[in-house]
Amino acid sequence: MFYQSFGTVIILLAVTAPSALLFGFGGATLARSRLFPLRWIGKIYISAVRGVPDIAFFLFFVIALDQGFEWLRHQAFCPDWPDAIRQGNDFVVCTAAKLPLGNSPQYVHEIYGFFTAVLTFAIVFGAFAANVLYGAMRAVPKAQIETAQAYGMGQGQVFRRILIPQMWVYALPGLSNLWMVLIKATPLLFLLGVEDIVYWARELGGTKQAKFSAYPHEDWRMQYFLFLLVFYLTFTKLSEIVLERVMKRLTHGQGTLGGVT
Amino acid sequence: MSCGQTILDYGLRSLGYGARLLPKTDFTLCQHFTLIGSGLIWNIYFGFLALLAGFFIANAVALAKASPRKAIRVPAEWFILVFRGSPLFIQFFLAYFIFLRLKQQGILPWLTAAQFGALLVLVLNTAAYSAEIFSGALRSVPKGEVEAADAYGLYGWSRFRRVIWPTTLRLAWPAYTNEAIFLFHATTLVFFSGFPAWQQRGDALYYASYFADKTFNPFVAYPILAFYFVILTFTIIGVFGFINKRLNRHLPQEARPKLRYRPQVIR
Repeated sequence: MFYQSFGTVIILLAVTAPSALLFGFGGATLARSRLFPLRWIGKIYISAVRGVPDIAFFLFFVIALDQGFEWLRHQAFCPDWPDAIRQGNDFVVCTAAKLPLGNSPQYVHEIYGFFTAVLTFAIVFGAFAANVLYGAMRAVPKAQIETAQAYGMGQGQVFRRILIPQMWVYALPGLSNLWMVLIKATPLLFLLGVEDIVYWARELGGTKQAKFSAYPHEDWRMQYFLFLLVFYLTFTKLSEIVLERVMKRLTHGQGTLGGVT
Repeated sequence: MSCGQTILDYGLRSLGYGARLLPKTDFTLCQHFTLIGSGLIWNIYFGFLALLAGFFIANAVALAKASPRKAIRVPAEWFILVFRGSPLFIQFFLAYFIFLRLKQQGILPWLTAAQFGALLVLVLNTAAYSAEIFSGALRSVPKGEVEAADAYGLYGWSRFRRVIWPTTLRLAWPAYTNEAIFLFHATTLVFFSGFPAWQQRGDALYYASYFADKTFNPFVAYPILAFYFVILTFTIIGVFGFINKRLNRHLPQEARPKLRYRPQVIR
């Protein structure tokens, strides 16, 4: 179980990174849109998520998303429900709208929990990614865009063929920073109710459980967490080395300080 | 119950004064604001003290990292690597269980309390992050300034104190402001890692999640928390901006580096 949970963390990273990038891309495109309501949505999204502690957002979104989905399904499946949804301290929807359905097996619950966790991570880190990409899009030299326009390219063509390929070089330092941050945010999964490494380290290391199991041992939580610390250290160190290589490759032949060679 | 009474009861609840029992049912908006605000005291306590102590340690570590002597440089590099390379959340857990082990041996039993143990972790953590910022700034001190100091016959400690250190601070200040903001955000992690909230004296997020759990309604408590933190963030930017102005008071208005809120680091 403990080793499996490492898989959970890695899967989470693998799924979240692209989806956060997608959210970030959407946010950045919105923030530089010409229509002002769209632009405002993008900018508010970026600055709201960044101004507040991220764990607060994690805790908020997990319940909020869950209730949001259930509310939508409630509207769809049982439109003639007589009672109010919020009754004092309770949030009541009809049985058909429950997510996941009350009679579904355990693994569906786990997958659903994992899904909301990924979505939460994607929303929060999407805002950070949006900020990075927004800056990168603005850093692309104006002359390149003007050249493209002079060649008769339209708005969409400039965006697809010039802006996006050129932007990566500027975005990469920020994105690699974000990747590090993402790695370091994964233990927060534990707070979202996913049974990840922190959960298992506590469970397996603690004495309470061990007393009744076949292998009674002392309080090993210290050792378990030391192991986690080392795991994360090696993970960040490795990514640092890899990202350094990628950066070298991307800046190859670029007219920046890093790419003179 | 009037709002004034609520503030009297719960205003200092996080420190253990006032009403002992937390509200159980029929939560009012006033109770939300009072309790979460009362929890904010702990966030400010952790953030302020960690920043203060971390600042001095960070300067020392940054200097050690720039040292030509290997015996001094390598420990500083490891210190920075360990605290920056691993999640703060894990650091809290590990530290708590180490302190617990020490307590069983009868050594420093008060470290298991959040107000000392978690503070220690936060101090070391922010010291590592700030040390990286300061050492980066130290390396980008213009050569000309050091040469000018040499030409004036300044050397050793007085050269460092009068020329190198002020320039380092000036260069590092914008990044250090972000670090300070994120340190305050990171203080919300304390009561969600191993450290127990004794007699339900928690920080702002602790109370916010208490309300959210009890009412099963995240749309009230968390926005209030967000509101408090936005105010806190602006206060920090204000204070650090004032210091930034003072650090750069010899420069003409346009040449002063602007503080930009550019958060890049979460732990």
